[in-house]
Amino acid sequence: MTGKHLTFTLNGEPRETSADPRTHLADFLRYGLGLTGTHVGCEHGVCGACTVIVDGVPVRSCLMLAVQIDCCTVETVEGLANGDELSPLQQAFSTHHGLQCGFCTPGMLMTLEALLRATPSPTEHDIRMAISGNICRCTGYQGIVEAALAAAAVRTSTP
Amino acid sequence: MSARYFGAAVARVEDPRLLAGRGRYVDDAVLPGMLHAAFVRASMAHGRIRNIDASDAKGMPGVVAIYTMADFAGIAQGAMPPMAPHPLLPTPITYHPLAVEEVCHVGEAIAIVLADDRATAEDAAAAVLLDIEELPAVADAVLAWKAGAPRVHSKRPSNIAASLKAGFSDCDAVFAKADHVLTERFDIHRGGCHSMECRGVVASVDPHSGVLTLSTSSQSPYMVRRHLATYLGRDESEIRVMTPDVGGGFGPKANVYPEEFAVALAAIKTGRPVKWIEDRQEHFVATTQQRGQVWTLDVAFDNDGRMRAIRGHCIHDNGAYAPYGLILPATALASFPGPYALEALDLTIDVVLTNLVPTSPVRGACRPNAAFLLERLADRIARHLGIDRQQVRRRSFVRADQMPYSTGMKARDGSPISYDSGDYIAALDLVLDKIGAAGFEARRAAAADRGKLLGLGIASCVEDTGLGPFEGASVRVTPAGKVVVSTGASSQGQGHRTAFAQIAADALGVELNDVMVETADTSRFPLGMSTIASRIAVTAGSSVELAAQKVRAKAIAFASHKLEVGEQDLELEGGAVRVKGVPGMNVSLSEIARTLAGNVGISLPGGMEPDLAATAYFNSTALTFAYGANACEVEIDPETGDVRVVRYVVVHDCGKLINPLIVDGQIRGGVVHGIGNALFERMIYDEAGQPLTTTYADYFLPLASEMPPIEIHHVETPSPRNPIGVKGAGEGGTIPAAACVISAVENALGSNAPFIHLHPISPQQVVKWLERTASAAKA
Repeated sequence: MTGKHLTFTLNGEPRETSADPRTHLADFLRYGLGLTGTHVGCEHGVCGACTVIVDGVPVRSCLMLAVQIDCCTVETVEGLANGDELSPLQQAFSTHHGLQCGFCTPGMLMTLEALLRATPSPTEHDIRMAISGNICRCTGYQGIVEAALAAAAVRTSTP
Repeated sequence: MSARYFGAAVARVEDPRLLAGRGRYVDDAVLPGMLHAAFVRASMAHGRIRNIDASDAKGMPGVVAIYTMADFAGIAQGAMPPMAPHPLLPTPITYHPLAVEEVCHVGEAIAIVLADDRATAEDAAAAVLLDIEELPAVADAVLAWKAGAPRVHSKRPSNIAASLKAGFSDCDAVFAKADHVLTERFDIHRGGCHSMECRGVVASVDPHSGVLTLSTSSQSPYMVRRHLATYLGRDESEIRVMTPDVGGGFGPKANVYPEEFAVALAAIKTGRPVKWIEDRQEHFVATTQQRGQVWTLDVAFDNDGRMRAIRGHCIHDNGAYAPYGLILPATALASFPGPYALEALDLTIDVVLTNLVPTSPVRGACRPNAAFLLERLADRIARHLGIDRQQVRRRSFVRADQMPYSTGMKARDGSPISYDSGDYIAALDLVLDKIGAAGFEARRAAAADRGKLLGLGIASCVEDTGLGPFEGASVRVTPAGKVVVSTGASSQGQGHRTAFAQIAADALGVELNDVMVETADTSRFPLGMSTIASRIAVTAGSSVELAAQKVRAKAIAFASHKLEVGEQDLELEGGAVRVKGVPGMNVSLSEIARTLAGNVGISLPGGMEPDLAATAYFNSTALTFAYGANACEVEIDPETGDVRVVRYVVVHDCGKLINPLIVDGQIRGGVVHGIGNALFERMIYDEAGQPLTTTYADYFLPLASEMPPIEIHHVETPSPRNPIGVKGAGEGGTIPAAACVISAVENALGSNAPFIHLHPISPQQVVKWLERTASAAKA
């Protein structure tokens, strides 16, 4: 790949590659690195499907250029599970039917992962506000909210 | 057989893959040598194409080809075949894959650009010079309907594509005898749909076999194959269409689109794989939208509130093309009389062309329109008579003792429509009890103390589901003892794999994880129709049951022969046919499948047919009718006009539940869609047909922060019309939701407030209504 040389950490692994200056982070992850778990729903920063975590903060990867991740730590949905073992948040999404078509799901998971790290015991209101920038057309959000509450309970009870 | 899975809220088998980021959506495919497509689209709502100059664009680095329809003349030409031909549309109003001569809405595709990557293709598309003579456009269906309006298509003599009629009995006679008659006009907004995944298609041609393969984000892969085969003059066996994971459908993806054809033509022309992924801005201008209608209705009713007859007229905004024929307006008519036992009905819909992107069924099709009209009329009657809204329903609904109830209407094939089962009044009673209607006035008073206006809304609906004729399924046990279910029905997130696996696992006594479900690949299953109209649980679900029962019977016959035990003494459990009460005496499904898979030179036992497999097509000859009663509370801030739905309760009867988790998810998502229709989603065009709301900053979809928890109570009345007793559940949440929310808003505004005859409503309107109510009270 031609373009600007980049060094960053991706899902815990050090990476070194380059990216074209015009490529946004979502396209870079999907087509440059083959990490197609990150989805693109609107490409104008509203739907949240492309949310990934950069340096601990959830960001819209469609509004960020790939070259901006130089020296950063990037986390995507592919990094949440431990091998085949889903994280408590992922597992709770299944238990509480927090997903249907699965398209918004990676963005929802990354937004909520960041929320639960910052706010280990969120209220339902906290959760609804946190995901107010992630649009889901399938679930009506309730299963997602219930999943986040359940995951928070599991995470805080696990040392 | 015991039902271990059917009816249980088992977690979906689809989930782990999707949660781990291992879904495979159309845009995730990368094929060797693949080209990326972008479309040159019309920037005006109506125009005559004079010239397309792609010479500069073709020279840009990375651009491989730019095609217009003329470039495909050696492969195919003409307009696309109609998906649903209708005698009232003798001349189909379908797109060309790429526009020829005339463009009729903003966003219509004119040329396809193929490049090494999408960015290059988009840059080149912007560099194509279009010379288009602007023609007068009409963006409003009421204006387009009037004599002398600009023609939407310059070659069509009228903007009225067709007039549909429906009804029964002598309406005028009932009106003449009724105690009261009222007339109201209703304005139901068009709106978009917006699956979170836009459309997309990848087409490729196998250089050796010549087979054209499409992977497309579609609800109707078999329709894509059928119409593409017709268009290309090929046999269906030379075309394979499949759907990968699809990121939501909700209706628009049931259409066969010009882009699917254009991408296929480009793959044939270049001999290279071609991918096109719709972006959100294209979705706003090129994916079908929902249900704009303007109605004028007369309703006849008696002093006690009994609704007796309805007559009226509708102007239906069809948009510029009718790829799906007259399905949408026909569904509006077929949704009457809803839960009401009317004595007579007389309705006409004028299907009117506009220079806008077409409308086609979106979650509920036009059933939400009919529910809105009927429920608004019921509320209007209550206001007029000064009686409780529920009394109008109680005195007008079809009663349980009238089931099965012939409504007087006719189905698409001319057969009489009859509701199979249900108790609409009991559902209303239950929802009023669950929302605590008796305590509502106390809650209203408490809200008033906080300076807020609380309103209670009610709305009921009946939904025809399980539209025939069929979705088939085959069930096969592999020599390893795994069960493979195959069906043509495509899934867009409804959890089909889980539901079908539950049915098959119960029938064959295997674990859920031993069942693999293949869907929507024309090379795997021969026939399929569409995932539309809340029909898949009824049609494909029943076919899975029938096929699995055939396999079960065959396994038992085999074991009976081998074990020399009567069939009545055998059962299926733990992946084997077992002799009841005799542990250890069994034959595994794996062994039966292996034997029936054949060994060279060895006859099959007992003269059995090869393969432990069966195919079934449940013939869904009569619709099955789900129904629901909804109630909600809204809280209005009188200062800002902000409306919040604070409680929402659903009572729903969709027959037997295969998986309550999935059904609840369908209903909740559906309700939220309807709340969006009532309060948020507004697709605005200017007079020239330019869309003004083409981002999510302008077009508001329902967000988690605005949505209430939704409480669901199921009534399970098994449908007598299919072997598993189910009714559809995909749209029942949406159908009454907008009507319910608007009913609550009107209730919150008070008895002096204007009758609300439209949706969506805006905070500005709410404030105006409150001001008008206040000044009326002063006067």
